[in-house]
Amino acid sequence: MTRIFTDRMNIIYLLVAAFLAVFPFIYDSRSMLILFSQVFIFAVLAMSYDILLGYTGIVSFGHAMFFGIGAYTVGIFMKRFEPETSYFLLAVLVTIFLTAVVSYFVGLLTLRLKSHYYAMLTMAFAGLFLVLAEKWRTVTYGNDGFTFRVPDFLKDRTDFYLLCLGSMVIVFMLLKRFTNSPLGKVLQAIRENEQRTESLGYSVLQYKVIASIVSGVIAGIAGILYAVSLRFVNTSVFTMDITLDALLMTIIGGVGTLVGAIIGAGIIEFSHHWLTELAKVHWIFERWIIFFGIIYILAVMFFPMGIVGSIKKWKFSRKKKVPAPVHSDTINQGKS
Amino acid sequence: MSTLLKLDQIQTFIGQYHILQGVSFEVPKGEVTVLLGRNGAGKTTTLRTIMGLNPAAKGSVLLKGEEIKSLPTYTIANKGIGYVPEDQGIFADLTVEENIKVAVKKENDETRQRLDWILNLFPDLKKFWNKPGGLLSGGQKQMLSIARAYVNDNELLLIDEPSKGLAPIVVEKVMESILQMKEKTTIILVEQNFMMASTIGDSFYIIDDGRTVSNGSMNILREDEEMRRKYLGIA
Repeated sequence: MTRIFTDRMNIIYLLVAAFLAVFPFIYDSRSMLILFSQVFIFAVLAMSYDILLGYTGIVSFGHAMFFGIGAYTVGIFMKRFEPETSYFLLAVLVTIFLTAVVSYFVGLLTLRLKSHYYAMLTMAFAGLFLVLAEKWRTVTYGNDGFTFRVPDFLKDRTDFYLLCLGSMVIVFMLLKRFTNSPLGKVLQAIRENEQRTESLGYSVLQYKVIASIVSGVIAGIAGILYAVSLRFVNTSVFTMDITLDALLMTIIGGVGTLVGAIIGAGIIEFSHHWLTELAKVHWIFERWIIFFGIIYILAVMFFPMGIVGSIKKWKFSRKKKVPAPVHSDTINQGKS
Repeated sequence: MSTLLKLDQIQTFIGQYHILQGVSFEVPKGEVTVLLGRNGAGKTTTLRTIMGLNPAAKGSVLLKGEEIKSLPTYTIANKGIGYVPEDQGIFADLTVEENIKVAVKKENDETRQRLDWILNLFPDLKKFWNKPGGLLSGGQKQMLSIARAYVNDNELLLIDEPSKGLAPIVVEKVMESILQMKEKTTIILVEQNFMMASTIGDSFYIIDDGRTVSNGSMNILREDEEMRRKYLGIA
């Protein structure tokens, strides 16, 4: 427990989380609650993508399939059965199982390939799920989708906000732990040099599949929260837009940082919201997607390492290089 | 002395190029075997073939009598072969500590003793323990690369041009470390620096145009100026 507070950044994270937890009680705005809930949900999705892109160096164009599996699983359970807590929890378990199985098999089939072939193949797999959702109308209601009721504990917007915030914080802590573990370090080694990692005795494919499973399961959880927030699900959850959003949130925030994914989600969701609002001021803002495109281009041009990556680099360049003598005994100690 | 590794008529292709066209040699246990040859002769490809990074199309690679030619790289590495590549292969974003920890196969007292030993040999690694590997100088990266290979109890170390691009004082340090490692493990050394190779090596093989063309005790090569001129371009 004491280790949590050893890092100054952890204290900042804790303060921000505490502020966000009390936010609904000091600022009563339904639209803000909904917007923040969306940010938290997409932050979970972006963090799951960061495990692939930032920590393992895998570019996937099919991440939406896991998000969609989560969204449809909870939607179908709530529609077909009673909207009760027990069925909701069952839907969560089924999502975890399905996303783990799908990511395992998709990973096993595709992760042997070179990066661009892998990216294309994952897009094809996501396309399969999209077609399945469109055609299996008896269950999915096709492109139109369907609405569903949610359990009582998810009906209140403030409670749901806190659930989304809690999910984001828990996912952040778990993934932080995961990426700082020996397994996480192997993934980072794979990102930097696959052949070198293999010649240290690691089966690169196995480790990539593990990353794919962790990432897929978390994306599925984001999908559950997303569907519950709308109380509606349709085939849009399987589209490329979802994957691109996750990709851009991760890149803009800063790959391989986790917190960058959260910041990226906040920037994208708030930009989306404000640009849409500006349509009331001038008609040009109805074409907000153009401004979105400009933001992306500027971000990639001026912050190629993302916001957090650029800040880290700036801080690092200011630091004096003070060597820290150590003893090999530290090999046994965990990282802070 | 028993043979630890034996290569027999190895042929390796990289894409459409036939790089190794018949490399054969034996590595006696406890010795340093040096692979010599001009640039592009196939020395690095030979090490990569042993590691399975460029698998051999024909021939055999026997480790203690067991065929390892068709095994995946990670299995070969887990059979006790450590590899120090030509480009050092440092993970730039991981700290020195993490670079070493990632290489440790089994943490025990012996690993810690080996690490202590190597950190005493390369105090720079201690100094930059918490710094990213990418910030190290070329010499420090080489030290880290050697440390990663040596921290495990590997039976065989493959070291590819450890002196390449390093200042003379760093070369001396690296040479000293390999001389000390020689007491504890078997080494295949690829080296262009003949002074270093002849100081460390017990026996040599010359590779030319993808074939082993000559071999013998290092003493023979030290005295055979004609052979050095013919195959290595040095007098």
